[in-house]
Amino acid sequence: MTPIALRSSPTRTRRRKATSAVMLTLTGLATAVAIVPLIWIIGYVVQTGLPALNADFFTQLPTPAGVSGGGIANALVGSLITVGIGIIIAAPIAVLTAFYAASHANSPLGLAVRFGTDVISGVPSIVMGIFAYALIVLPQRHFSALAGGVVLAFIMLPIIVRTTEEMIRLVPGTLREGSLALGAPEWKTSWRVILPAALNGVLTGLMLGIARAAGEAAPMLFTAFGNPFMNTDINQPIATLPHTIFVYAIAPYADWHAKAWATALVLIVLVLVLNVSARVLVAWRARKLGLSR
Amino acid sequence: MATQSHFAARGSFASVNRFTRAWQHGDRFYRLLLTLAALSVLALVIAIGYELWQSSALAREKFGLDFITTADWDPVAESFGALPFILGTLITAAIALVIAVPVGIGIAIFLAELAPDWLRQPVGFLIELLAAVPSVIYGLWGLFVFIPAFVKPVAQGLNGALGFLPLFEGPVFGPSRLAAGLLLAIMVLPTIASISRDVFRAIPNSQREASLALGATRWEMIWEVLVPYGLSGLLGAIILGLGRALGETVAVTMVIGNNLDLSASLLHPGYTMASIIANEFTEATYDLYLNALIEIGLILFVLTLIINLIARLLIWRVGRRTFTEARA
Repeated sequence: MTPIALRSSPTRTRRRKATSAVMLTLTGLATAVAIVPLIWIIGYVVQTGLPALNADFFTQLPTPAGVSGGGIANALVGSLITVGIGIIIAAPIAVLTAFYAASHANSPLGLAVRFGTDVISGVPSIVMGIFAYALIVLPQRHFSALAGGVVLAFIMLPIIVRTTEEMIRLVPGTLREGSLALGAPEWKTSWRVILPAALNGVLTGLMLGIARAAGEAAPMLFTAFGNPFMNTDINQPIATLPHTIFVYAIAPYADWHAKAWATALVLIVLVLVLNVSARVLVAWRARKLGLSR
Repeated sequence: MATQSHFAARGSFASVNRFTRAWQHGDRFYRLLLTLAALSVLALVIAIGYELWQSSALAREKFGLDFITTADWDPVAESFGALPFILGTLITAAIALVIAVPVGIGIAIFLAELAPDWLRQPVGFLIELLAAVPSVIYGLWGLFVFIPAFVKPVAQGLNGALGFLPLFEGPVFGPSRLAAGLLLAIMVLPTIASISRDVFRAIPNSQREASLALGATRWEMIWEVLVPYGLSGLLGAIILGLGRALGETVAVTMVIGNNLDLSASLLHPGYTMASIIANEFTEATYDLYLNALIEIGLILFVLTLIINLIARLLIWRVGRRTFTEARA
């Protein structure tokens, strides 16, 4: 810094101020540019998808290319089932892990767990898909909704762990100490005192996890595989919303493209609603605890 | 903690039988459960690596290191070399970073240092929403809207002005490495922006005040004081963005054109590691073929594992340094 001060002159100062102003404006511009694709994508999906949406779209099965009508009832049910399996597997493990990580923040295993969840969240979902394929599809010798649900569980796990852990840390230590001082065992303290206080965090984590899992197409290609018929058997291949979009989009038929956009609208509304409500929940919780960020 | 629950156990009277006391009123069981859950997360990481290693045995034994150094991918001749996919992944990720790093750090500076409070929250949320859009929707939009409306004109411009370079050689295709790289840039932007923003926010105010008091302009304060201070965290954010770009599958598969093109041109269609897996996995008709695809998955896993380890260590370092300095 010293050389600048020593060589200061009116022109130099003016130039430095100008540089500052230009660069600061550029950062604002970068922010504006980044929001353009978001609005473009959402706007285009709504505009193109909306005309193809009607009640039949939600209740009918897909029709072959060129046949009008038809819907995505199978994919809606399929997404519900696979994400449901994912939640059932991931939620209990994730919440327990979050409790462990929050209460053993500085122990070696605690650090390893936080590191491990970070690493899992960085593993590409297609690699998770291969893992589930080797784990479930190969031994069973057929694609299944179960395999799809297991992949989604792996994908949701780190999201739920991290959000829950953060919220557990926000619960004032006095609540926990009070409960222990009254003679409650550790598990009862966690279950009856800390968990209710951090419930928003768990819900937020679940919502973000569902939002992420509901949009995963890549690992579904060789786990759930897709299915043009209605299926509720978890041992059979099943269709999901993102996979349906993928199949319709890369097919060479214009009417399938229209259905891809309509399905994309359904999916994006679902994902955005989940994300916005998760955000609202966190903000509400933070305000309640008097933590304004 | 052990002492507290031990205390609780001692506080209750004779009605407690030996069993509940030995198990500390269920606390032993509870702690066992927590530890098991925590261990299962670590086991998952190891299991993924082990399973991919085992399931790619045929390809690893047959091709050895040639697998990553040869470019001959011909399932009919049972010959597999993954070089084109590795290069394709690296090229598209590089395009993405060249664009997303300056823009992402610019956004982070704007959100952390400049934006007024009423703007900070909503704009930050919009940037994060960009990360929430499912990748298949990016792919759909990329294929039918982004490529014809933006990528193709840009590609034609680049080819017209710089077509003499092998990098921008024609003919110009819509679906191309450039299209995949540009789409990836949008997709990794929120990762880089939001982590860098948190890094800037973690820098103590004393750094800002000291440099402003010495007469630095705001930009000099940001560029010459805050950026060097948070450099490891910013690097972490960039590397994490890189990790996301390497593993992205569906969106890339939809816009890259899926072609075993060996030219250097960014304007030609290509292939990435993730997109070859997505395209050919269910078509792999014999074991060696499947093993070769799983080995690509293994490479991708190891790559993202290393990248994530480095990134997390870098990001953690900023947090810890700030913490110790704040205490000092």
